[in-house]
Amino acid sequence: MSDTDKKHGMNRRQFLGNMLKTACGVGLVGMGLGIYSNRASSLPAHYLRPPGALPEEDFLGACIRCGLCVRDCPYDMLFLGEVGDDVATGTPYFVARTGPCEMCEDIPCIAACPTNALDHGLTDIEESRMGLAVVVDQETCIAFHGLRCEVCFNVCPIRGKAITLNMQHNVRSGKHALFIPVVHSEACTGCGLCERACILEEAAIKVFPTDLAKGELGKHYRLGWKEKEKAGKALVTPDVEHKYNLPEGVRYDLQGEGLIIEEKPEETPFSSNPLNSLNSGFLDSK
Amino acid sequence: MVDLTTLGDDSIAAKGWIKAHKWLILRRLSQLGILALFLTGPVLGVWIVKGNLASSLTLDILPLTDPHVLLQAVLSGVVPETTAIIGVVLVLLFYFVVGGRVYCSWVCPVNMVTDLASWLRRMLGIRTTSQISRNARYWMLALTLILPLVVSGGIIWELINPVSMMFRGIVFGMGATWVVILAVFLFDLLVTKEGWCGRLCPVGAFYNLIGSRSLLRVNASNRAECNDCMECFVVCPEPHVIRPALKGEKKGISPVILSSDCTNCGRCIDICAKDVFSYGGRSVSETKRSNPEVIKKHEVHT
Repeated sequence: MSDTDKKHGMNRRQFLGNMLKTACGVGLVGMGLGIYSNRASSLPAHYLRPPGALPEEDFLGACIRCGLCVRDCPYDMLFLGEVGDDVATGTPYFVARTGPCEMCEDIPCIAACPTNALDHGLTDIEESRMGLAVVVDQETCIAFHGLRCEVCFNVCPIRGKAITLNMQHNVRSGKHALFIPVVHSEACTGCGLCERACILEEAAIKVFPTDLAKGELGKHYRLGWKEKEKAGKALVTPDVEHKYNLPEGVRYDLQGEGLIIEEKPEETPFSSNPLNSLNSGFLDSK
Repeated sequence: MVDLTTLGDDSIAAKGWIKAHKWLILRRLSQLGILALFLTGPVLGVWIVKGNLASSLTLDILPLTDPHVLLQAVLSGVVPETTAIIGVVLVLLFYFVVGGRVYCSWVCPVNMVTDLASWLRRMLGIRTTSQISRNARYWMLALTLILPLVVSGGIIWELINPVSMMFRGIVFGMGATWVVILAVFLFDLLVTKEGWCGRLCPVGAFYNLIGSRSLLRVNASNRAECNDCMECFVVCPEPHVIRPALKGEKKGISPVILSSDCTNCGRCIDICAKDVFSYGGRSVSETKRSNPEVIKKHEVHT
């Protein structure tokens, strides 16, 4: 082996060694980043994404952290995650309690997004699903105490659809009603106006990311009455009208009113309304 | 050995302080001016540029998008809007002409941090033996492009990218970003010379590749005048790019600095008392004349 060959051999060895060192170093950085990203990409429940945001995992891949949505929000309620925040650095979020989405009809934040991280296919703000409002605390919500509030119901931009008031009997007073706010996921956009408006110190109605707020029925579940409706007939046993052994003029409606007494008008000379007899003389004299 | 205590004195004596710092001053004005354009909106309510370096909209008309970050987004599966594509094309064209690493020396805010670290190293006489190859940045670049493909959770690099973090921090709110900036500063000051910008930063590596055929180049046109003071090598953030152009006359190497590692920062132009260097163009003939094999032999990696 000549001198130059030897020298080259050393160089090659050095070269390969250095390359391996660099590759290993960068590889380690990559592993660290991969693990860190798992932690950093979890979104806390009170951080909501702007309207049209893709599902969180896709969103983190699509959002280039430019902040144009933040700049074009006319209500300045969007923020970029800062280093140390619990949201992926540089990604936009809002907090419903302090600054909910005002649901602009032209959705300027989506128009500003250069990458479709906010889906440009969303053109109707009422179709957006930023999260889902949930009445999380029935112990403090004053509607459950029988007090009139209905603020969440009244500020809801999809009033009467996303939140309805269910009237229930007030057992405590025995004579009043409870006006219970109920959120409907098929209409709620998760804008958070209800959460901001809640009159309590800590809101009893809160908007959560949809996957946290929603349950999911087992795939194998079938609701008999819905299947029946779909098929137009009973699918298990044919419907047979149940016969009860009841006296004449009495029916029993199993799934409805219960016992029904079909009263025949009694054969009597007197009217059933006492006023008719009391007023009879007076009316005649006129 | 260059006497660091008198570094630049010859140039100041020959040209005056202003001319001896001309390009440095212009670069700082450029870096701070770009930040100022983004800050007039949030601070004064006068909106000139919205967004940040990742993607911006100037005067509601001109979109500019960073190709490196958009490429990562595309790799993680997104279909960009037309504005982003136009923005990327404009940015690519610009750096294709002026040199990719003009981004590093004229735009990137981290440059001010790492330049400060380099200056302090010289002032304090800090010497460390570097263990990181200047090619590590290409590995880092590969890493940033592979991560979106293999790890769920998107543009992973943006979780720690000091370049976008610092710019976004200044424009949108710092949070704990200063920790990242301090880390880069200390790394450059105490661990590795030109460690971040010259060896690790994948953003710089990306722009390096974009501008590898750029038209605007620094030219050692006056190299016959060189008095071997070596001060350009001291102030240059990528000193290996100088030697072929400056010392290659006998080998028939073009005086144009052709290495795409060159950031076109112009410090060599400032520091040279003999006005050896100047900005110039690259002609086709120069590309041909400069045999890359010859240049490679003359590049001394530090």
